[in-house]
Amino acid sequence: QVQEIVFKNFYTAFLSVRVQRPGPSGSRRWVTCLRDLCLMPCPHTEEGSQDYFCLHRHQMLCDVDQVTAMRFILRQPSPVWLHFTIEDLQIFPPGQKSPQKDFPSWLSQLTPPEQPASLHGELPDPEKVSTEVQQMWVLTEVIRARQAAARIGRFDVDGCYDVNLLSYT
Amino acid sequence: AFQRPVNEQKELLNKWNEMGTDEPDLSLFRPVYAPKDFLEVLMNLRNPNYENGEQPSFKNHLGLIQVPLKVKDIPELKEDFSELGLNIGQLGIDDSAQVPPEFFENEHVHVGQKVLAEQDSAAAQQYVRQGCPTALRADLWALILNISNQPEDILYYEQLKSNVIQHDLLVDSLIYKDVKLTASNDDYYFVFEDYLYQVLLCFSRDTSVLEHFTYSSATPPKSYIRGKLGMEEYAVFYPPNGVIPFHGFSMYVAPLCFLYHEPSKLYQIFREMYVRFFFRLHSISSHPSGIVSLCLLFETLLQTHLPQLFYHLREIGAQPLRISFKWMVRAFSGYLATDQLLLLWDRILGYNSLEILAVLAAAVFAFRAVNLMEVTSLAAAEAVLADLSTLKVMPLLQIFLFATVT
Repeated sequence: QVQEIVFKNFYTAFLSVRVQRPGPSGSRRWVTCLRDLCLMPCPHTEEGSQDYFCLHRHQMLCDVDQVTAMRFILRQPSPVWLHFTIEDLQIFPPGQKSPQKDFPSWLSQLTPPEQPASLHGELPDPEKVSTEVQQMWVLTEVIRARQAAARIGRFDVDGCYDVNLLSYT
Repeated sequence: AFQRPVNEQKELLNKWNEMGTDEPDLSLFRPVYAPKDFLEVLMNLRNPNYENGEQPSFKNHLGLIQVPLKVKDIPELKEDFSELGLNIGQLGIDDSAQVPPEFFENEHVHVGQKVLAEQDSAAAQQYVRQGCPTALRADLWALILNISNQPEDILYYEQLKSNVIQHDLLVDSLIYKDVKLTASNDDYYFVFEDYLYQVLLCFSRDTSVLEHFTYSSATPPKSYIRGKLGMEEYAVFYPPNGVIPFHGFSMYVAPLCFLYHEPSKLYQIFREMYVRFFFRLHSISSHPSGIVSLCLLFETLLQTHLPQLFYHLREIGAQPLRISFKWMVRAFSGYLATDQLLLLWDRILGYNSLEILAVLAAAVFAFRAVNLMEVTSLAAAEAVLADLSTLKVMPLLQIFLFATVT
């Protein structure tokens, strides 16, 4: 049973997929489940040539349960390319999450719309504000008293940091 | 990078507004690279999977760029740039002295004021496709680029300025040299020399520019503190913003000085324009607005619509891209008259794409085609195309896209 097919293209222009399934009479038949899917809109140019693709079962022409074999037919009509193939082919049965679906939970939660702070008729409590301000003042006094003599430069060697050898990797 | 001694810091702070008068000895410095060096690199880009036989065949491109990227043709460009059509009013054409302002100009200015009053960024982007009135341009560009010059932005700029004063970087000398070589020699921009230093010196220390590398194909150069080669904790990006200025880099900033006089706002506008558009002009990628695609678009347009001219120039050893490359890398800054340049940059902002640069380059060749057919050497071809300062950008674009018989 096939849920998803994931692969990386390498200069293939069109992809057809045939699957072998048990037929009504018990014998196995080949059925086309994907016909000439266009991977490169303009086969002479680079567009789509190294893209990642993901195919779902609901995109396929036929049912892809009880599949015993699969055939991938790659077409590249343009003569300018030396090689063409697909790479990193992965097939996922249903139930198993494909790797891309695992988002950390904080990423998938939409941030709630910001409620503008409403001060209308509701001024903050002056007692609370004054205690907070006092705390902050004490903190700044402490920091000022403790100011370190060392400068913050991590890499200072006599007040300069020397770099040599620029690299791009 | 070394820390300046205190008295030098004080001196620089005093001279901040007139750094142009400084005359450091730059004779030992050369620009890191110039556009023509970059063109040599682009010419040699090859796809190992592409059949690049030595025999001339349909697979080899006739121009200099040999990478088979997808570029648009004129019908697609007509659709994309439909607002430049013949029956739509444009600033740059329909505001000339012979046309009464009631026809287009007054209404257009009125709409522009409304867009500004509404502070609608998307409407502004649509609006500038037809050009921006000079009085409204500064505010409209700020609206499109989302620059509002809040106090925290001003504070950020002041912090960068203090970084400049405290530490000296080697890149500073490259910037000085570049400004002296290019902008200071230009009739229109030499007055802005001091502004250029104020912007570019801060720019090279701005680490927020590093964020654009997430969507750029380039990587910033990394370096290691002396003696700690290979240790990741001692790796830094150099220069701090990851961008090494090349010869002509200061010309990206110069036209903006006409619009913005407050250094902090000028700085932010430049930074935003850089991370949205200009970085694509000097890094290699397959993006449709990247310089490789622009070069290929230019060559393809010329081959398709002026085949005789293209063939002739090739035969005399004057590949057209050799002449137009420097125009496109600098987004025509320093080559066109400033009002025309700003009209062109209106469209870059409006269409959010740099393809118009390639179209304009082809249009310029089309305009001077008759003279170019008579030249017999690369030097003569360069001479025909040396002076673009009298050209009017919008009529050229309109004719090339909409009025040329194909």
